[in-house]
Amino acid sequence: MSKAIYALYDDDEVMVEGAKAILSSNVRIKDVYSPFPIHGLENVLGIKWTRLAITSFLYGLTALTLALLGMWYFMIHDWPMNIGGKPNDYLLQNLPAFIPVTFEFTVLCAAHGMAITYLIRNRTLPGFKARNPHPRTTDDHFAIEISKDENSGVSDDEIRTILQGTNPVEIFEK
Amino acid sequence: MQQESAIREPLILGDKTYHQITEDVCAPVEGKANKYWFMVFSLSVMVALWGIGCILYTIGRGIGTWGLNTTVDWAWDITNFVWWVGIGHAGTLISAVLLLFRQKWRMAINRSAEAMTIFAVMMAALFPGIHMGRIWMAYWVFPIPNEFGSLWVNFNSPLLWDVFAISTYFSVSLVFWYIGLIPDFATIRDRAVKPVSKMAYSVLSFGWTGDAKAWIRFEEVSLVLAGLATPLVFSVHSIVSMDFATSVIPGWHTTIFPPYFVAGAIFSGFAMVMTLLLMVRKVLGLEGYITRKHAEYMNIVIVITGSMVGVAYLSELFISWYSGVEYEAYAFLNRATGPYWWAYWSMMTCNVITPQLFWFKKIRTNLTISFILSIFVNIGMWFERFVIIVTSIHRDYIPSNWSMFHPTFVDVGIFLGTIGIFFTLFLLFSRFFPVLALNELKSILKSSGDNYKKQH
Repeated sequence: MSKAIYALYDDDEVMVEGAKAILSSNVRIKDVYSPFPIHGLENVLGIKWTRLAITSFLYGLTALTLALLGMWYFMIHDWPMNIGGKPNDYLLQNLPAFIPVTFEFTVLCAAHGMAITYLIRNRTLPGFKARNPHPRTTDDHFAIEISKDENSGVSDDEIRTILQGTNPVEIFEK
Repeated sequence: MQQESAIREPLILGDKTYHQITEDVCAPVEGKANKYWFMVFSLSVMVALWGIGCILYTIGRGIGTWGLNTTVDWAWDITNFVWWVGIGHAGTLISAVLLLFRQKWRMAINRSAEAMTIFAVMMAALFPGIHMGRIWMAYWVFPIPNEFGSLWVNFNSPLLWDVFAISTYFSVSLVFWYIGLIPDFATIRDRAVKPVSKMAYSVLSFGWTGDAKAWIRFEEVSLVLAGLATPLVFSVHSIVSMDFATSVIPGWHTTIFPPYFVAGAIFSGFAMVMTLLLMVRKVLGLEGYITRKHAEYMNIVIVITGSMVGVAYLSELFISWYSGVEYEAYAFLNRATGPYWWAYWSMMTCNVITPQLFWFKKIRTNLTISFILSIFVNIGMWFERFVIIVTSIHRDYIPSNWSMFHPTFVDVGIFLGTIGIFFTLFLLFSRFFPVLALNELKSILKSSGDNYKKQH
């Protein structure tokens, strides 16, 4: 038994109009597969915007703290040395020379932390299997996925009739 | 859907559809390479092997194989290092800064520009590595507790800032590049027929699916990475310039260095992007995507940053006189009229005079002239670093120490070798990777495509 019904479109605008029509006839859309980002689709589907930017800020903040703490420990607490007469009695005195490394380390961790979170959240890591329903959704086609479990009140035939009215190039189950 | 003004020139020429973009970009990956590719590739590999031989010879025998002496203790190695780092600046500038400014023309060139960045930074990082002499102790540059107890690296030193700057720049650029590549690898994966390439691109594409949420995350990650990479672009070359500016050598000890180096880096980076892309579009048949308009935009960046570099050269000269410091004044007089006058005037000609031709629209839209002038800039920027480094130290405070620098065959071999390695990597990239950000291009097709613009 297949779990979902898919409608395949060959144009992004037709697909977005189709999605609106499907939703207005009270059928829930599980997901949409497209070869490129479609702006405004998140409003149609009611998807919440991602919070990845916040994670990046948090990774950056952690790195900033760690960098300053580390340099204070290495250069001021653990092994203070007179280097070119630069004042290093306490962190604030030596801070100007620490700015470049603090900045670089903050960017390093913010960027990599966010990138790793992104890969994990998207379930894209080496060796993972692709889950797109049709090979052409990474080329020039767009697929709307309708889960049967989510739409138990509507029969398969009704779903197919609704999809047929949105000008798809193909309807298939998987 | 976004609308674009009708008078704006289209960025994608010809009668393209989404599918046609896929076909055009995947063609070099799926097809066979032509004989020009094999010719250039063999030549690059031979030069690369020669370079690797010279590097191994250096590691085996020591830095004495180079032309350095006690007065000129930094020469070609650091010149090459700064030159390559500078070239590496355009890629991230194109992908990050131009993304923040919403410049759609970046989409046709960002992928190969970023690849260029990554390979150029690899070449750059090689030089300080082998200059250490004992490369197997290279890990000493990192702040890790080692066998000598708590001997920490010096965080006050610009050389250490450089370690952090270059490694951050390299790894962040790599991640930025790869995140953009994942959806495009997925496109190749879903088209692949042969089992080996299907498997290879499956692994490379990390199982990319392209669902709505993934694309939202993709856009957010690209935007935030661009925001993070933008200050990074400016910081890296500022820090490289501080390697010189924080010293007390006349000719190096100037506050103008950070902005001047950054402008120079963008200048040389765009010139190298121009050199590479004008070849790529021809060889891979991508004239519809990398258009005359793209070349013109890049030439505008080149003329602006070239003028900034020119102003910096002139203000350096002025300040050396106006400061009243005789050592400083001599350093600049010696650059222009001393034994290295030819290097100084090559730099002036290639960086300040010839790029000014791009003010003429006829010249900046002529691809042959653009190509020639971009090579001039590449040469000029190499001489700039040579002039700054060698002429400043070859005659320092004590005239009895004065000396000249004569490169040995090893110096020359390593420099040419890095060019060989760079081209080898870039040619491999052009065969196995999608050279254009094809999925991003599709998102601008309806607003900036030739055939769609005509319909409105």
